[in-house]
Amino acid sequence: MTQNPNSVAGRSLDRADARLRNDEGLGGALRAFWDRVRSGDLGMIPVAVGLVLIAIVFSTLNPVFLRPGNLSNLLYDCATTGIISLGIVCVLLLGEIDLSVGSMSGLASALLGVLWINNGWPVAGAILLALVMGAAVGAIYATLFNRVGMPSFVATLSGLLALLGLQLYLLGTTGSINLPFDLALVRFGQNLYMPNWLSFLLALLPGAVILYTGLGARRRRQAANLSAGSLSVLVVKATVLTVALLFVVWYLAQGRGVPWMFALFVLLVVVMEYAFTRTKWGRSMFAVGGNREAARRAGINVRRIYLSAFVLCSTLAALGGVLSAARLGSSSQQAGSGDVNLNAIAAAVIGGTSLFGGRGSAYSALLGIIVIQAISNGLTLLNLSSSLRYMILGGVLALAVIVDSLARRSRASHGR
Amino acid sequence: MSDVSLAQAPRRPTRSGPRGEPVISLRNVSKNFGAVSALTDIELDVHAGEVVALVGDNGAGKSTLVKVLAGVHQPSSGTIRFMGREVALGSPSAALDMGIATVFQDLALCENLDVVANIFLGREKDPWQLDEVAMETRSWQLLNELAARIPSVREPVASLSGGQRQTVAIARSLLLEPKLIMLDEPTAALGVAQTAEVLNLIERVRDKGLGVIVISHNMDDVRAVADRIVVLRLGRNNGVFTPADSQHDLIAAITGASENSVSRREGRLAAAQEGLA
Repeated sequence: MTQNPNSVAGRSLDRADARLRNDEGLGGALRAFWDRVRSGDLGMIPVAVGLVLIAIVFSTLNPVFLRPGNLSNLLYDCATTGIISLGIVCVLLLGEIDLSVGSMSGLASALLGVLWINNGWPVAGAILLALVMGAAVGAIYATLFNRVGMPSFVATLSGLLALLGLQLYLLGTTGSINLPFDLALVRFGQNLYMPNWLSFLLALLPGAVILYTGLGARRRRQAANLSAGSLSVLVVKATVLTVALLFVVWYLAQGRGVPWMFALFVLLVVVMEYAFTRTKWGRSMFAVGGNREAARRAGINVRRIYLSAFVLCSTLAALGGVLSAARLGSSSQQAGSGDVNLNAIAAAVIGGTSLFGGRGSAYSALLGIIVIQAISNGLTLLNLSSSLRYMILGGVLALAVIVDSLARRSRASHGR
Repeated sequence: MSDVSLAQAPRRPTRSGPRGEPVISLRNVSKNFGAVSALTDIELDVHAGEVVALVGDNGAGKSTLVKVLAGVHQPSSGTIRFMGREVALGSPSAALDMGIATVFQDLALCENLDVVANIFLGREKDPWQLDEVAMETRSWQLLNELAARIPSVREPVASLSGGQRQTVAIARSLLLEPKLIMLDEPTAALGVAQTAEVLNLIERVRDKGLGVIVISHNMDDVRAVADRIVVLRLGRNNGVFTPADSQHDLIAAITGASENSVSRREGRLAAAQEGLA
């Protein structure tokens, strides 16, 4: 084997190049992080800054905002739209869009009410049919996109109207169906909280997992003569995360605790993040979003990737619709209308998923929706009319897209 | 320093001419698109450890020939023998599985993914739990075999220079251990130093015992790296040259006449030189 002319003896395989700066330990990790930020790879920073600002502004205007009870309430709102936003992340990764997620969620909630309450279906059957409906709608979008070449923007825009029409048709003249309050699904959507011991235990889990997988990865990398990340960085990361989560759980436990529905949302986020980063499917998603032709030539079935993304998006939208019906205790004509669509898309973008494809993560849905719902919740607490709320949320979305575009330009000029 | 040892070694140990059975051998290959015959009775041999340059003017059929070998187009007639057996290159994946790798001019890299992800794109290890360590180790192995100048394989490809991207594309094509590798305009749009690096890369691939086909418009690059130069003109073979042959003959074969705009320009310049002297 030819030796690399630039290699320095005694260094591991991936750190052998003499021109490579060796970022070791905590200081190195911080420096690498700063380099990334300067080159336009902002990651979670806009969200963190935004949340701190929101907390300061709204809690000074109305101290109720930061009370544990209000925050638990906020997490309920996050879960429903957040799940829809998770689906949006899938299509955004491909550089596509689904504008009909609001209507899809409304249709799902109408299906739930009509089948379950009016027609006496078992609740599981009604939920399943709503999800299947979502998958079918996603498959239609994908077919229109793959076979006819219809831009997803147009296909889903027409879907927005068609699905809304179907929702109104199903609900008929009554306009809304109330779901009985004593049923498990509605309790799940309104006041089912985790026992405190369980939420504390679960708060320890992410740190433990990071430590465990991190140590395993270090061992394997060292065995393969690759540089292993510094141990101190790993420990600090796990510790900071655990302390932060324990604090959040402790604070929420002062009120009613962590809603089960939010736990479900977080679970879905973690599963999707694993799928995005650690599976061949996820890698193919990023590849198609980055360079469709390159992905096709690499033997990736591009059409199937588009199909999977659209189906996932609409199915998650349907799931979000079912949960929001449970949250509201009714299936109504208003479900899924108004700002649901925009909130779901804005959350993904604010969280750091690029509108231009090939860049993003499942966590962006989680963080973005917390920002959106915090603003929405804070404005509601201030008794502002929805006219002002819409204007402010519209401005926030515009700001998020501006940040995304500027960061993209900066990345291009820094070669990233 | 391997650069020094390369320079001191006999410059071209493999330039002793074709040896043994060719890796790929085309006989009377023709390709028609309706009434247009893009290729007519093409003959081409590429041996192991040999760089064959394919040159010709625009529309000479170079790209069509490469696409036939890559399995994108199927020939209308003629035979292709690969590793001594007659084969049908029915599809790009069939050609790839057989051991014919192609690096297209636009490289087809995903700029948002890192080097490892690009090298293993579509061929990841363990689809349900990607084996990043194994893929990274193999990537370094491939890159080191090419003595490549890639500082880090965990940077997105967007941060790499043109020459480095070419290196990644070539490393990716070597992943499946092909017998023949085709490079379409590998030095187009590269700077002087980067061009030299890519030419080094081509020589290293050749020294690994692969057959190499290079398409290029740049006669200097072709002369620098090729063992044989196959000229196509209007879809037909128009002579085989070695880098030792005169530029004049080569240009004449490419343009199809000894009297052409290139030779007229050279004649005029030479006359001007004499006039000055």
